[in-house]
Amino acid sequence: MVRRRFSFGLVSRLSSPIYGRSPCSGGIWTPCLGQKRSFMTAKDLVESEEPEKKVTNRINMFSAINQALHTVLDSDPKSYVFGEDVGFGGVFRCTTALRDKFGRHRVFNTPLCEQAIVGFGIGLASMGNRAIAEIQFADYIFPALDQIVNEAAKYRYRSGNLFNCGGLTVRAPYGAVGHGGHYHSQSPEAFFCHVPGIKVVIPRSPSQAKGLLLASIRDPNPVVFFEPKWLYRLAVEEVPVDDYTLPLSSAEVMRKGSDITLVGWGAQLAIMEEACDEVSKLGISCELIDLRTLIPWDKELVEDSVNKTGRLLAPVTGGFGAEIAASITNSCFLRLQAPVSRVCGLDTPFPLVFEPFYMPTKNKIVDAIKASVNF
Amino acid sequence: MNGSKSMLKLAAAALSKGLQESPLKSGLAEKGNFCRTVFLTRRYSAECSGKETNPTSKKSDSGEIDVEIPVKFDLHLLESGPSQVTTTNKEELMKIYTDMQIIRRAEIAADMLFKSQMIRGFCHLYDGQEAVSVGLERALSYDDNVITAYRDHGIFLGRGGTVFELFSELMGKRTGCALGKGGSMHLYHREHNFWGGWGIVGTTPPLGAGLAFGQKYEKKPNVTAAIYGDGAGNQGQLFEAQNLAALWNLPLILVIENNHFGMGTAEWRSSKKTTHYDRVSYIPGIKTDGMDVFAVGEAFKLCKEHCLSGKGPITLEADTYRYHGHSMSDPGSTYRSRQEIQGMRQERDPIERVRKIILKEELATNEELKDLDKQIRHEVDEASAKAREAEFPGEEELFANIYKADSGLIVTGCDRKHSKVQMS
Repeated sequence: MVRRRFSFGLVSRLSSPIYGRSPCSGGIWTPCLGQKRSFMTAKDLVESEEPEKKVTNRINMFSAINQALHTVLDSDPKSYVFGEDVGFGGVFRCTTALRDKFGRHRVFNTPLCEQAIVGFGIGLASMGNRAIAEIQFADYIFPALDQIVNEAAKYRYRSGNLFNCGGLTVRAPYGAVGHGGHYHSQSPEAFFCHVPGIKVVIPRSPSQAKGLLLASIRDPNPVVFFEPKWLYRLAVEEVPVDDYTLPLSSAEVMRKGSDITLVGWGAQLAIMEEACDEVSKLGISCELIDLRTLIPWDKELVEDSVNKTGRLLAPVTGGFGAEIAASITNSCFLRLQAPVSRVCGLDTPFPLVFEPFYMPTKNKIVDAIKASVNF
Repeated sequence: MNGSKSMLKLAAAALSKGLQESPLKSGLAEKGNFCRTVFLTRRYSAECSGKETNPTSKKSDSGEIDVEIPVKFDLHLLESGPSQVTTTNKEELMKIYTDMQIIRRAEIAADMLFKSQMIRGFCHLYDGQEAVSVGLERALSYDDNVITAYRDHGIFLGRGGTVFELFSELMGKRTGCALGKGGSMHLYHREHNFWGGWGIVGTTPPLGAGLAFGQKYEKKPNVTAAIYGDGAGNQGQLFEAQNLAALWNLPLILVIENNHFGMGTAEWRSSKKTTHYDRVSYIPGIKTDGMDVFAVGEAFKLCKEHCLSGKGPITLEADTYRYHGHSMSDPGSTYRSRQEIQGMRQERDPIERVRKIILKEELATNEELKDLDKQIRHEVDEASAKAREAEFPGEEELFANIYKADSGLIVTGCDRKHSKVQMS
């Protein structure tokens, strides 16, 4: 398998997505789940797997996800997409036209029963199928938490590799949108990062979403794929039209820098980029990393980056930042020039009218960067 | 598609024997998925032969009015059902009319407020289902517990909440019933035992079982009505709650407001069995016409008696309909025909039927009712204006009541430096 490393030229070659404000929330400590990889510095320029000229389309995130699902259903006759309201296209239009093209036996609605949707998906995947289950909002994934944690994650392990549900992919829109309130805004990814046996993947843009989703579906392990719902329409980008995957457990350096490392994922990277732009006027050079896969995460890349910069800030969505902080403090202790810091949502339930106070905004991140640099 | 269309025409032809001319007949000509939805209203037209559009009532000498309940109650594991005739009087009728009209006007006002972005977030409107909320109050007292899901504006108003509190809460203002922190889906009324307002589908039955247990333990002569929708009928926790309630003989009325659509999914597409009152072989049930406030009232009376006589839980299915879509982001017409919605408004509107009885029994003139409507509209508009002027909750509310006050706890952000708030 070819090891992929990314050139920073690649990042500038794709036109950057257009974003608006982005949200972040909460923090929980999670155990360390690393994956051993070869030594790699963020400085190396690498050969890119992407050919110079690719045919692309300017589309938004839900269209990119839709394309990925079309590709999977096309290429694998034993793949299925199911969930609440996916038939007509889904509440976020991610499953548009799938039922018309592939039929009701492969793209079908389920009743309102999250626990059963995932349980059913585990069973279907165990028979060697690609089961792509949709949970309508990540806030509703909790009835299914038992199935994911106790069944999906442990099946291969406890059966001594006799059985597995690797073909299962659970997709759920997550994250704040500005007016979602308590139950349409949560970022529950950290709950799943405690669980060995599954993977948690979060894309930041349309082209990332298509590649990562294709990789997640084809990965032989159960994957929980959170999609930043705020970006479904808002993020527009040139997305390659063909079938391509992006590697899992491989973080990407979005911006090279020398003073401080910022790690994040999903919609919140847009705000982090804005913060980086603002502090660059003060002469602070930030290295911005998109983790992409939360578990198992690319420890080596982050460690290399922190070894270079000496500072780490994780203005994270959903609390997995605690694990990153603990792990990096352990491995890069002598190199650190400032305490590892995090900027998260407040320790309250996701509020209704107070959302602007709750979120880790650009200014909060800028303040944290300055505090770290001036420590 | 073609095959199902011709089958539909045959079925429709069979049904149309003996039916009155109804605006719904033209619904049969509609193409696409809407055809089957016509059956919803057609069943009622077949049973009632127009009695619903012209309700039968009789005034006695004492001034009491006997109103007929045209649609028969469907019973499950019950020997006898409620009476098909209910007795009422002028005062009650005018109150019922006013209460339902207030809910209707409030929902229409909420619709406009949402569209002008004064209400953000989510807004699930109750218009069309007023008979359930007002009918419930005919039988239950404020000492009985009521808990419902997110379509709670009507239940809140029925439980004695004011329109001003409702609009304030919808707009997130401090004067709202939950201090503006709950919003549309989380309305509460402590004194009148309205336990909310719950966002997650299927959550209310087990919660209701707990409330009912509390009432039984304290030997209160009260019941709990746990309300949920047809979408929640397939949630696992409902099954668990049913078993608990029956096993422990709890005074729990499991009320299902069946408006036939779980968001955009019609009941026959999501459920093997489209009725709910008879799903459980060990819990009796009753199905009532949820657009008839008197039918709902009688059904609730029977359910309350059943529970208080120690016979355990009972299911009440109210066959109702919502005119708006699932929420404000749903136009409500992509999965059902406009003709069906129109037909419901014309043939089964709960307020219209009460208006007809009032007019028929000459309890008020048309002009008086129109004046009453105007007055209600004016009051609702006033409440809305007042709510718009009200303040948002202050910043201290952001951290208040996460835990109990005076816990000596300090809320911080994760960094413990920048945000540090003593919880008062």
